[in-house]
Amino acid sequence: MFGKLDWSAIPFSQPLPLITSFVLILIVIGLLILVTVKKWWPYLWHEWITSVDHKRIGVMYCLLGILMLIRGFADAIMMRTQQAVAIESAGYLTPEHYNQIFTAHGTIMILFGAMPLVLGFMNYLVPLQLGVRDVAFPTFNSVGFWLTASGALLVNVSLFIGEFARTGWLPYPPLSETTYTPGVGVDYYLWAVQISGIGTLITGINIVTTILKMRCRGMSYLRMPVFCWTALASCLLIVATFPILTAALAMLTLDRYADWNYFTNTAGGNPMMFVNLVWAWGHPEVYILVLPAFGIFSEIFSTFSGKPLFGYRSMVAATLFICIVSMLVWLHHFFTMGAGPAVNTFFGISSSIIAVGTGVKIYNWIFTMYGGRVRFEVPMLWSLGFIFTFIIGGLTGVLLAVPPADFLTHNSMFLVAHFHNVIVGGVVFALFAGLEYWFPKVFGFGLHPTWGKAAFWCAFVGFWVTFAPLYVLGLLGMTRRLQHINIPEWGPWLYVSLAGVGILILGVISQLTQLVVSIRDRDKLRDVTGDPWDGRSLEWATPSPPPFFNFAVMPNVEGEEAYWGIKLRAVETQQLAPEPKYEAIEMPLHSSVGFFTAFFTSVFGFAMVWHIWWMAILALVLAFAGFVVFAWRDKHEFEVPAEEVARVDRARRMAREAFLARLGEQGAVP
Amino acid sequence: MSYKGLPASLEAIRRVREDPHRLGHRAHAPGEPIEGAGHGTTGPASKRIIVGYGFWIFLLSDIVIFSCFFAAFAVQRNATAGGPTMAEIVEIDRLAWQTALLLLSSYACMLGFAATQVRNRLWTQVFLAITGLLGLGFLLLEMQEFIELAERGFTPQRSGMLTAFFGLVGLHGVHVGVGGLWLGTMMAQVQVKGFRREIVHRLICFNLFWHALDIVWIGIFTIVYLIPSIP
Repeated sequence: MFGKLDWSAIPFSQPLPLITSFVLILIVIGLLILVTVKKWWPYLWHEWITSVDHKRIGVMYCLLGILMLIRGFADAIMMRTQQAVAIESAGYLTPEHYNQIFTAHGTIMILFGAMPLVLGFMNYLVPLQLGVRDVAFPTFNSVGFWLTASGALLVNVSLFIGEFARTGWLPYPPLSETTYTPGVGVDYYLWAVQISGIGTLITGINIVTTILKMRCRGMSYLRMPVFCWTALASCLLIVATFPILTAALAMLTLDRYADWNYFTNTAGGNPMMFVNLVWAWGHPEVYILVLPAFGIFSEIFSTFSGKPLFGYRSMVAATLFICIVSMLVWLHHFFTMGAGPAVNTFFGISSSIIAVGTGVKIYNWIFTMYGGRVRFEVPMLWSLGFIFTFIIGGLTGVLLAVPPADFLTHNSMFLVAHFHNVIVGGVVFALFAGLEYWFPKVFGFGLHPTWGKAAFWCAFVGFWVTFAPLYVLGLLGMTRRLQHINIPEWGPWLYVSLAGVGILILGVISQLTQLVVSIRDRDKLRDVTGDPWDGRSLEWATPSPPPFFNFAVMPNVEGEEAYWGIKLRAVETQQLAPEPKYEAIEMPLHSSVGFFTAFFTSVFGFAMVWHIWWMAILALVLAFAGFVVFAWRDKHEFEVPAEEVARVDRARRMAREAFLARLGEQGAVP
Repeated sequence: MSYKGLPASLEAIRRVREDPHRLGHRAHAPGEPIEGAGHGTTGPASKRIIVGYGFWIFLLSDIVIFSCFFAAFAVQRNATAGGPTMAEIVEIDRLAWQTALLLLSSYACMLGFAATQVRNRLWTQVFLAITGLLGLGFLLLEMQEFIELAERGFTPQRSGMLTAFFGLVGLHGVHVGVGGLWLGTMMAQVQVKGFRREIVHRLICFNLFWHALDIVWIGIFTIVYLIPSIP
């Protein structure tokens, strides 16, 4: 009846996961009770869960990403503690548990922490920056988000029911085949990543179509903000490479569930094929994350330097160069696995060349600041910290791209330090910078700057104290993923690294405090005009938070930096453009199809993990039925009457006119 | 100084009239920019173009999945592990029938869309039904092939080559099956709801999907069956 599932799946004998899951379950139950008691369900259901508004979906993506970042960070704390205490001793984590933790840490941080945040930013910003009212496929957008959430749910269910994979975040066969890993851990990984990967693909298709086919009038390609360019490059990579992941995982699934021979080491299977396929996705995946991060930094550097981005066209060219070359470097993840000198040379050179594109970007950001009036607000601090951190990460990357050097540092802590250097320094810093920068736009009030600065300095110092020792350890010969350490000389470096984690914890506490304090003081931090940072792109033309239809009248773009020109004209003439003629707007109706599809897909994934075939079939049938019900709907859009549009836009104009008048009174306008 | 008029100014005004968004060029062809084409000058594209475009991108990603299974077949083609080679399991006659059925179903699908274009419900339904039946025939032949191979002990568990063969051909078969499910749903929708805008859009997507499966089949036909069967 329930396949492989029985009471032995609950980890009664392991206090650590048991207590964690009970605490988590209590928190979830507590939240559900709170929502029920406060009667928030109708609001949540109508305004968020069934919402097809790209802004709401973007916010939900970010929320999911932040929760999972915290979950992944908890794993990181446990690993660093284990390595610091397990010097010539067993430590407090068994090898089985420790292996699950580093697997979960990698999987969660990349696929369920960073990815949802990046997708959230793209969802929120791209339509606003392009001057349109929604993405190309609003309902599919909701499906995509809920599928990602469904994958995240499955990963976390594995904490309480069963186990997670112990294979590392990319389950290399033959270790991940049933012969060597018979448990459900790898199956959880497979279905969670497969389901969320489909969600990501949907978002990728959506954003590519939006950018290529849905820009406002006059928004030609070379007038798009750089963030849109990087979002386009990133989503092109999603469309080109996530299917490779889907295929590789499907093959491994067939091996595990039906004893096929794609990657087995008997009967003609070929494990190296998995390694090639998975990295043909895995390396572009790094750029899927980091390209939008570059976009975020570009927006921030130009806004806080008060200048147009230096070398806009070279920035676009560098983005597309990285987009293409990123698909030609995957083999540098396994130089040591016998490809031979000619192949290694090709991939070594292509990996080094990709640094040229990144170098162009770094110089562009530096020259953007040059001669500008730099304002050291919190987003700018993160960006400056990024330049410093990312350059070091890039340089160690170029070192690793040289095959002979890679043979010495492969699989060592040096590598671990390198990729944290680029992903934390590049992606995570960008996400925090972006959260500070766009928070007032999203919620209508800014974040408290003092706590923001504290968070930045803790993260920046904490990062270096944590990871600089790992570079040293790598050069001393320490390999990655060690459950215990037999060389006492490594001890001091591991202690320093643990101290760094302590500083990072202070950073996380500062971030959370900043959020709480800002919500408390929201009236003081209110953003009245919708343009708190003196921004340059179209999202700052809307009020904060933007109305669900974004723009009362579609903008008409007449140059680069679409909003900058409009703003300067308004400031110089002391008045806004004349009031336009408001017309009724068609907007898509909300839909629950995304939520139901993801619900049944979660059930399907869970049933497949535990081999409960009837439940899997039932869930698939119901998911399909949900789509048919949706397709049968007669009304897909509703009309916002012209009066409502006018009311919202007049409020925006009033706020801006008041602001202009204040500027005039102060005599600020030259 | 003699009066020479305002040639530069007039030229500038004319240019701005022709190119109101100052893109430095006019739309792609002389004359009026095409409304709803989604080029930078004219604002968002029409829903029909957006839907078709998005579906094309989905198809490309689907073809990437197929290409991975093709790659696996290329890698494992000779990994027979003492089992049969491709030449031993190809049956050209059935293959010819399968190909004929699938290509004809694509032809019927196209005729169905021609009927949709003139909003003829009867002929749309007739041709969609023919499409589905031909697809079903293809699937039945494929199942017969798989069952016969299994009866001879040639299952995917036998060798890497058979794994890659069943994986690639089976993936295409699953696509045809899912396409059939979609086709049935579309026929029901056309019958109940008629040619509403979004239903026509879905029919466009279905057509693209069905033709793409044909293209993939031609790849399978050539690379998996024909080339290895040459002695």
